[in-house]
Amino acid sequence: MASQEVLREESSRASFINDPKVRSLFFQTLVVIVLFGSVWWIVQNVIDNLQRLHIASGFGFLKGRAGFDISDTPIAYTSDSTYGRAIVVGLINTIIVAVAGIITATIIGFVIGIGRLSHNWLIQKICTVYVEVFRNIPPLLVIFFWYSGVLAVLPAPRDSYHLPFGSFLNQRGFYFPRPVWGEGSWLIFVALLVGIAMAWFVARTARQRQMATGQQFPVLWTSVALIVGLPLLAYVLSGFPLSFDLPKQSTFNLTGGFQVKPEFLSLYLALSCYTAAFIAEIVRAGIRGVSKGQTEAAAALGLRSGSILRLVVVPQAMRIVIPPLTSQYLNLTKNSSLAIAIGYPDLTATAGTVLNQTGQAVEGVLIMMIAYLILSLVTSAVMNVVNARMALVER
Amino acid sequence: MGWNGSCVHTGKKIRFCLKTEKGLWVMKHTAIGILGAATLGFMASAASATTLDTVKAKGFIQCGVSTGLAGFSAPDDKGDWQGIDADFCRAVAAAVFGDGTKVKFTPLSAKERFTALQSGEVDILSRNTTWTINRDTALGLNFVGTTYYDGQGFMINAKKLPGVNSALQLSGAAVCVQSGTTTELNLADYFKANKMEYNPVVFEKLEEVNAAYDAGRCDVYTTDQSGLYGIRLTLGSPADHVVLPEIISKEPLGPAVRQGDDQWYHIVKWTYFALLDAEELGITKANVDEMKNSASPEIKRVLGQEADTKIGTDLGVSNDWVVNIVKAVGNYGEMFDRNVGSGSPLKIARGINALWTKGGLQYAPPIR
Repeated sequence: MASQEVLREESSRASFINDPKVRSLFFQTLVVIVLFGSVWWIVQNVIDNLQRLHIASGFGFLKGRAGFDISDTPIAYTSDSTYGRAIVVGLINTIIVAVAGIITATIIGFVIGIGRLSHNWLIQKICTVYVEVFRNIPPLLVIFFWYSGVLAVLPAPRDSYHLPFGSFLNQRGFYFPRPVWGEGSWLIFVALLVGIAMAWFVARTARQRQMATGQQFPVLWTSVALIVGLPLLAYVLSGFPLSFDLPKQSTFNLTGGFQVKPEFLSLYLALSCYTAAFIAEIVRAGIRGVSKGQTEAAAALGLRSGSILRLVVVPQAMRIVIPPLTSQYLNLTKNSSLAIAIGYPDLTATAGTVLNQTGQAVEGVLIMMIAYLILSLVTSAVMNVVNARMALVER
Repeated sequence: MGWNGSCVHTGKKIRFCLKTEKGLWVMKHTAIGILGAATLGFMASAASATTLDTVKAKGFIQCGVSTGLAGFSAPDDKGDWQGIDADFCRAVAAAVFGDGTKVKFTPLSAKERFTALQSGEVDILSRNTTWTINRDTALGLNFVGTTYYDGQGFMINAKKLPGVNSALQLSGAAVCVQSGTTTELNLADYFKANKMEYNPVVFEKLEEVNAAYDAGRCDVYTTDQSGLYGIRLTLGSPADHVVLPEIISKEPLGPAVRQGDDQWYHIVKWTYFALLDAEELGITKANVDEMKNSASPEIKRVLGQEADTKIGTDLGVSNDWVVNIVKAVGNYGEMFDRNVGSGSPLKIARGINALWTKGGLQYAPPIR
């Protein structure tokens, strides 16, 4: 403290050029001016060059008729829709594959990560091989592996594999029956909601009872009975309103039912498998990061190994796991843009087509960048909330 | 990794270029669309030099071609680009440098092509590209003419789909198409107009579309008919595939240049006309030297043998430019026969691509 005060007094006496405050202010202002100056220079150049080359500019093109079709349309879209809507379709496709991939990658990652710490030699080695294989292959090759290596060798639509429940698998994708909800089927949904609500209530009461008396209650089986049983009962009571639209053979393809295309399947499987390898390592690190004493103390209390993992180790490991997990989720979302290689109509593909049909490269790239930025920021925000809830609460 | 002019190729699509122009270090970072965004931002004051000056300074023409379409632009077994579109760039090089080999080729996907031309990555886009009003206006391009009159068609595997002999029977089919093309738009229009359903299977690169069709991912392949014949040759068993009779669009394919440089536009445009005029006058690769002494004043004028002629120098090239063009690639008819016509595996008839004197559409204004 004393030395700092001395310094400050000295500097106030010296010339104001040597004042660290003035200096730092000067350099910060300089950096800001240079930064904004360069940005302004680039923007101005873009505008000048676009005008000189007679290239159309502005975002008015988004209202124009797209004129091309998209293979996967989660929202209503035809060639008469606008360019803007085509980009939205692509964005939704990106979100679908990212969310599905994140869920699957997390499940596989946790299983493999815990498996690597298993005392069973075979399980441990299999999980190690999985991680080493998928972590060390570029994601694009994993996508090609699923697309050209696995799905393309499936039979043509005429010789589809017949799977149980009226499903089919062929090189055009995976077809399964689509439920058609008849009259009175609302009762089933209501029953499902009631079942979930009751299961939640049962779980809460059971926990309170266990806290108070130490007695346990079979929560899992009660919940399953409520969530599955109630809708089934409603189904019978409302007179079997549910029917299925089965996939059928037509001239070219299977028609009817629900089709999951190979482009989506291979992208989804590849992103899941690839990211799962990284998540597995994060999970392993997280579990290793929990002091061994915790496990031993829990064992000393008489908990079984499954309960030790679930109640003592994983909750503490999550604090270490979540921050790097967020990065993996962001990576998966961004890697989904590799979809372009196999023709899945994600944001990069549809916005790229729009870019090419309108020739407005600057605007097209800007839209893509902003869309991915927003997606990533939202993912980070959600994960930060989860992290805050998991963080160590100090009393 | 290798050097190409002033650019370092560091990967499939990423390229760093360092140029000193007007003492300004220009750094380009290109990746499909970012190419346009970035170069439009940084190319600043390099604009005042004409394309001809830039081309002469670097000593070669950078020519944008397809990633491989037999007959139009495809590398042969030695890695040399062959085809009508590739030869057209050689013709321009012959006109400018007197040497048809001074061309470097940049393979471009349908999606990359316009940005590559707009940003100055290539000097000519000679890549089986359809001439449309939108591309002439909103995209800032200038098409110089139609080197090949084409139309869009459909190809199917007749072995797998017996009984299909018209495009009107294709309702419900999965159709393979390349993204960012007029083909993609015509396809949507055609099925909509005929109230048919289809399932688009869209890829960015031609090779990807070919592979998907060959693997059976889709029932139908649609692109320009000439392209279909070329692609059929590359498939596993070409004889199984048939091109359906319907032609659903007009596809005038031609080279394009950037707007705003009339001199370069004229050189490329008149190279095309010179190829046609040479064929009309019977000037061929074999007889071009004899033809210089022809009695016909027209032939002498075209070949720059007229006394005190200024035709070539006014254009910005040497007066024997037509001689150089014909020596490099032959006349239009020779170019056609060698690449897509009777002298090629494609065996496409001249049809509407014959000269106007033989009932076709190829017509050039006189060189005088």
